[in-house]
Amino acid sequence: MTTPRPGPGREPDETATDGAWDHAARVPRPRDGSADFVRSSTRAGPPPGAEDAATIPIRLPEANDPMSTHHHLMSLLGAWALAACSPEEAERVEAHLNDCGRCADEAVRLREAVALLEPQHCLDLDPRLRVRVLEGCLARRPARWPVPPWAAPLDAEAARLDALLNDMAEDEWRTPVALRWFDGDRRQVLGTSVAGVVDHLLSGDGLLARAVGLPDPLADRAGGNGGAGDDPAARTLARWRETPEPRAEPRAPWLPWREQTRALVRAAAERGDAPRPAGDLPDGYLHRAFACWIHAGDIADAVEYPYGPPYGTHLRLLVDLAARKLPGSIAGRRRAGLATSPGAAGRTIHLEVEGAGGGHWYIPLDSPAAAVSRTEARGAVAHVALDDVVFCQLAAGRITPDEVASGGEGDPAVIRDVLSAAAALSRL
Amino acid sequence: MAHETPPRWDRDMRQRLERGEAAALAELYDRFASLVHGIAQRVLGDETAAARVTREVFALIWEAPQGFDPEAGPMRTWIAGLAHRLAVQRLRADLGGRASAAERADAAAQVRSASTAARADYIVTAMPAPLREALELTRFQRQDCRQMADRLGITEAEARRRLRLGLQLLSTADQYDAEGL
Repeated sequence: MTTPRPGPGREPDETATDGAWDHAARVPRPRDGSADFVRSSTRAGPPPGAEDAATIPIRLPEANDPMSTHHHLMSLLGAWALAACSPEEAERVEAHLNDCGRCADEAVRLREAVALLEPQHCLDLDPRLRVRVLEGCLARRPARWPVPPWAAPLDAEAARLDALLNDMAEDEWRTPVALRWFDGDRRQVLGTSVAGVVDHLLSGDGLLARAVGLPDPLADRAGGNGGAGDDPAARTLARWRETPEPRAEPRAPWLPWREQTRALVRAAAERGDAPRPAGDLPDGYLHRAFACWIHAGDIADAVEYPYGPPYGTHLRLLVDLAARKLPGSIAGRRRAGLATSPGAAGRTIHLEVEGAGGGHWYIPLDSPAAAVSRTEARGAVAHVALDDVVFCQLAAGRITPDEVASGGEGDPAVIRDVLSAAAALSRL
Repeated sequence: MAHETPPRWDRDMRQRLERGEAAALAELYDRFASLVHGIAQRVLGDETAAARVTREVFALIWEAPQGFDPEAGPMRTWIAGLAHRLAVQRLRADLGGRASAAERADAAAQVRSASTAARADYIVTAMPAPLREALELTRFQRQDCRQMADRLGITEAEARRRLRLGLQLLSTADQYDAEGL
């Protein structure tokens, strides 16, 4: 072991000199990224810069016992290797490494160890790989309890958002996020934080949880006003009131949200492999997948991460959900006196959605419950074409009817009404 | 960063996989895909090949979950071992008999680095939670000793001790045989 000597003068010490000076010159400074650390492999020969190192004056704190200084600096080596000590401490450690072979040895080892620390998830893992891996597995051994197609988008979207959240530092959870939707034709905006968005998802998913017989996380709130109302917006607002911004523990909603999405997917699978069970359940799952994707996009925008659209077959189901809700929304706007085109009977609009999630939908304009016949489809009074992601963003209130770049033919008032009806599907 | 899965989680997972629950397969993927992909990527140095090995590893587990023996160790270690083995097989198959000495040396170095990484991953999951937490806070959340001490309610000296001890444990990762997994 090397005995530290009080500087600035150095007396060569046969037990320490070689090791100390050899190592000091090749202990690199810790940096933020550690991948660039080069393993010190030069055991032989004088290291370059050894002479320079010898001319650096050694700084030690004044009036300190050298041995306790050595112990103090040695205790800092882990923090130093992780760049977690103050600049002054780092300077003192580095000066000490010039002089102490034992610490210099350990410093090299600990710096190499830092390079071995890997994050559990990497955001760069392509989300499409998940779908491919799972499909590949299921092709080789069919599931006894498959995830129904209508629950698969929620499964995939929750996993994608989870990976995004996993990559965020705690203070990023406090980043402000603006949620947008339309109330009638008026645009609404409400500010919250990333954590607030996750809370919003948790609270919305809770209604579906209740519908499949799982516990609703908002059900047994003591004190009442967070209680299990049925209005989704009221539930979210109640939950936000419980945890005012800025939050002390912004990550608190993360695990409950994730566990609940897992439980929902399991519950869907446990219902057996009936392709479309009666009732609203499939649409309930698709609706929550839609919300998960759109809100993940809000979060990603807020923290400036890239975030792509859902997998093609999933996106197709989400587009279809919004398209199927259009006739009801058109009728609602007409009842509210918001429609610009005069009413008529039996008209149809042809909605063409482009992209991996795209397709053709023939939407009845005058009778929401009507099935559209082939003849009526051919006689569509207007044709609107827009991109799959754009259509979903419109239906989510993320973009306005004016911002939609759509190719349209036919009655402009009808097209305007249909785009506004899509935007009116959005909620908090 | 690595979270240890408790033995009970491991056993439940095996049972659910045997039962043929697709939702369990998805959870397994979410928990271990980056571990598997990371090991394959280190061995093979190629994205496409790493994705292929990832598909192969999960297919093997899904087809024969009973291959996991909870008595023999954590599921994470078993999966890391599978990933390593399949990746090395693929590397050898890709090199074939035609590889030059330099190519072989490169491949051996890649295999060694992947073994070290897999070993390091195991050490992190197996170390006492306070040490792991200290490393995570500084490495991934960029907290310095003072912030960490405040947050955990410990002294700065204790924060420093945990970091040093954690890294000392981790630094033993390359002291194992390359095929030792």
